[in-house]
Amino acid sequence: MPAIELQGVVKRFGAITAVDGLDLEVQSGICLGLLGPNGAGKSTTMRLLTGQAIADEGTIRVLGHELPREAKVARGQMGVVPQLDNLDVDVTVEDNLAVFARLYRVPDVREAVERALQIARLADRRRDAVDKLSGGMRRRLLLARGLVHRPRLVLLDEPTVGLDPQIRAELWSLIDGLREEGSTILMSTHYIEEAERLADEVAVMAHGRVIARGKPGELIAEHAGRETAEVYGPPAQLAEVRARAEAAGLAVRPAGPAVAIVGAERAADGVVPEGAVRRAASLEDVFVLLTGEEAE
Amino acid sequence: MSAHEIGARRLEGAAIAGVMSREVANFRTFWKAVTFSSVLEPVVYLLAFGLGLGATIVDRVNGLEYVEFVGTGMVATAVIFSSALPAMFGTFVKERFQRTYDAILAAPVDVEELVTAEMLWIGIRAGFYGCFPLLVTLLFGLDPKPAMLLVPLFGFITALGFAAFGITMAATVSKIDHFNYVTTLVVTPLFLVAGTFFPIDGLPEGLRVAAQVNPLHHLVELVRGSAFGFEAVDLIRVAALAAFSAVMWRLAVHRMERRLID
Repeated sequence: MPAIELQGVVKRFGAITAVDGLDLEVQSGICLGLLGPNGAGKSTTMRLLTGQAIADEGTIRVLGHELPREAKVARGQMGVVPQLDNLDVDVTVEDNLAVFARLYRVPDVREAVERALQIARLADRRRDAVDKLSGGMRRRLLLARGLVHRPRLVLLDEPTVGLDPQIRAELWSLIDGLREEGSTILMSTHYIEEAERLADEVAVMAHGRVIARGKPGELIAEHAGRETAEVYGPPAQLAEVRARAEAAGLAVRPAGPAVAIVGAERAADGVVPEGAVRRAASLEDVFVLLTGEEAE
Repeated sequence: MSAHEIGARRLEGAAIAGVMSREVANFRTFWKAVTFSSVLEPVVYLLAFGLGLGATIVDRVNGLEYVEFVGTGMVATAVIFSSALPAMFGTFVKERFQRTYDAILAAPVDVEELVTAEMLWIGIRAGFYGCFPLLVTLLFGLDPKPAMLLVPLFGFITALGFAAFGITMAATVSKIDHFNYVTTLVVTPLFLVAGTFFPIDGLPEGLRVAAQVNPLHHLVELVRGSAFGFEAVDLIRVAALAAFSAVMWRLAVHRMERRLID
């Protein structure tokens, strides 16, 4: 039984269709990265999975429970780590955890709090109010709070958005630990590197739908080929390079100040100019080609 | 899965207790300030009204010393101000600014349980702090009576309704500033036309009728009943307050479901 099954899910907010015929299946035990630009429908998908948003069309099953009817039962078996910090800032670290252990009906609250403190590496700060913690500590606590009841399924909504690189690396190692324990993880992100580093499989989402899905290596091979050539130069010259490559049937994408010719290994002589920087094709190439948006 | 799977029933006690435990954890960080003002406010009012107004302008009201009349009436004031206002502001802040409800509703708790827990907690708090004016009035010379032990219960039942009213308002307004309309148009009139500071018998016909549908007026009468003797009609007052709270409860749940679930 898949941990998550969505079929033909549609969710509208007035005139805006945030999720537009979404099909998505997440097998138990994998970490699926839901990769997409802002506004692709990732956060709405997360809210649909907890029953905090109700789909207009389609069916949703989470851990075998049909949503929204059995959403509360499903929520009891999943852990949610939100995009925005919603800890109780005046309350101590351990009380924040204890409240959620109770909300999840954990039989031994004390034991669960100890375990979560170990995960967050905050045992020595247990009696401090949350607003005394650093940003990185708060993020670790937020993650540990979602794991306090040993969930079978973990939803991570943009777990490292807006964080500095050091805190991001800390969280990545925590998420890595979760994967090694065999938890099923659905992680939305718009950071390519995060998906590449953590996800067994990636589903690229745009305009409320999954437009490509597979292991990062497979997606690269299928959509970008082996090699990408980045060409730097004045705009007029880049426009010429672009036109020539496109005439030769190659995909070209902007890459900051440069243009990137994707699938450069297939290019005929003269299409990729001298001085271009050749590198292995990346998930970023796939993302930009498929979504038309520059990656972060 | 076991027969009593988590989240399989409506209004689960464990979910309600969990949400209330969050309130208790937060309350532990600011109870001193609440207690301080709950004690000091009735003292200030009773000094001003009792010794000021009572000693100079007003003599006795309905056969009671003015301090005793105001002191017992002020239980209702304390109850509405420690239920409707915290419910309004607290709910709005938790929903909009702290995103607390997002976190709670991601756990096996639904909106009905969330609202019920918030109401119960505010009801208990207001039932407790509502007694302070009465305790202060005892110090000003009111005779203690065993029936006064019912006052926290009367306060609790009424506070449930006003907590639900506050939650309903929080789920309705789009900006926190709009609470000014609610306080000016609803809360202040209710508190003034409750028979706290002056008996409603002397009011014009229209206001007397309005007072009869004011839950706070019935609370005032019940508290005075506990101090000076109940009447048969007080049973109807208790039933009316319970009905008020039950209706407001359903309304609060309904409004919050619309606000919190997309």
